[in-house]
Amino acid sequence: MTKIKETPDQKTIPETKKYKPTIVAFLCNWCSYAGADLAGVSRIQYAPNIRVIRVPCSGRVNPFYIVKALQNGVDGVLVSGCHPGDCHYISGNYYARRKFALLKRYLEYIGIEPERVQFSWVSASEGGRFAQIVEKVVNDVRKLGPNKSSIVKSLK
Amino acid sequence: MIKEIRQTVKQLFDQNNIDIFIGYTEGTLPLRKTPCFITKAEDVDKLVWDSFCTNNLTVYLPRFFVPKPREKEPKWPKVGILVSGCTGRSLVGLFKEKQVPRENIVIVGVPCDGVVDIKKIKGIEINEGSENKDAIIIKDKTGKEKEFKKDDLLADICVSCSCSVPPVHDYLTKGKGRVTMVPYTGVKEFEKMSREERWAYFEEQVSKCIRCYACRASCPNCWCKLCFVDHTLPQWTGITNNVSDVMFYHIGRIFHQAGRCVDCGACVAACPVDIDLRKFTYKLIEDVKVFYGYEAGLSLEELPPLSTYKPDDEQEFMTEP
Repeated sequence: MTKIKETPDQKTIPETKKYKPTIVAFLCNWCSYAGADLAGVSRIQYAPNIRVIRVPCSGRVNPFYIVKALQNGVDGVLVSGCHPGDCHYISGNYYARRKFALLKRYLEYIGIEPERVQFSWVSASEGGRFAQIVEKVVNDVRKLGPNKSSIVKSLK
Repeated sequence: MIKEIRQTVKQLFDQNNIDIFIGYTEGTLPLRKTPCFITKAEDVDKLVWDSFCTNNLTVYLPRFFVPKPREKEPKWPKVGILVSGCTGRSLVGLFKEKQVPRENIVIVGVPCDGVVDIKKIKGIEINEGSENKDAIIIKDKTGKEKEFKKDDLLADICVSCSCSVPPVHDYLTKGKGRVTMVPYTGVKEFEKMSREERWAYFEEQVSKCIRCYACRASCPNCWCKLCFVDHTLPQWTGITNNVSDVMFYHIGRIFHQAGRCVDCGACVAACPVDIDLRKFTYKLIEDVKVFYGYEAGLSLEELPPLSTYKPDDEQEFMTEP
């Protein structure tokens, strides 16, 4: 493999912008994953910081996955599913919404930055919206900086 | 009141309505009361009921009703149990979650006058104690006496009590019970603090934890056969008292109580290192009440908030581009 040369553009980026957050994105198979796919097929540019995990439904996302991701040191978590009413399994995202509403407020309450855990609805036809949401999450997390809270399990 | 309870239980045994009765008896330490399991009518005189009965007895119920493999008609016992307001609400939760069959339980309800938090007795070594209406008299080894008002020693949960009579009961002893209804303000005060302060407080509280799992053992809602902290595949969290793992445990345990916690105070009373657990459990109680209008353990019909939904649930927290 040839090494990709650093383009002159990147050298001019200030030091603060060079931080590259890692964001885990749980995308539902039927809408958001297809939306992300559409964004790719349509060649829409968005930040390359997300690591996608495909789940059958947003209702499949156990709140533990989110906390566990934070514990393993990711900088942010994005969970995305079908718009209300469009769930492939009829009501999975409605249940998910209740879980996430409580979880997000709870994590905020104990003192985890609210921007680190975000939820959104993206349908299969919304490639552009998906790109915008990823950009927004990455920007939010970039402002916060790396996840250095004590929930991150150090390997020492 | 205790005479009435003993009489009811004796009657239940005589009529063969129950095989076992769960109540309180004198503990081995002064003032402490301990759970007891009575199987004979002759033993009913062991039963006591006063301001020191702090354990939530419903925690023992699910283990009576474990289905055995290849048993077509389970031979489950008939269990009688003594419940007050908040433990009665726990019991409703167990009925709803189908951990305990209603037809196998005989509920003897007591209107509760509030329980005393022994940790609040300060300035005297407890060697002997007695209760006289609204006064608690403590004696130390030298015979020195000190009198406390019961109101000053009332457990925090009883100060904000909203339910002194069990919502579901078969028998109820006479009395009104005490409903003080001074709302718990810990959550509101905590929310006023800055994010960093809140995190620091959470970290400080949680790092005291020694992972004894007393909060889990004392909680009637924690009836899972295999708790997430005991899982090995996947291993959700490490088993040491590493701060990060302890945080994971507490976030997980408390989040599992969402819409189920009845604020009975069993975990707070059981904690040997005095973690301010109520501050963290109460947030979910409040949120569930505000957003979904649900209070755990008050009715047998209403669906638990996380098992149902409304198409127009609030979704202000969602990210929009």
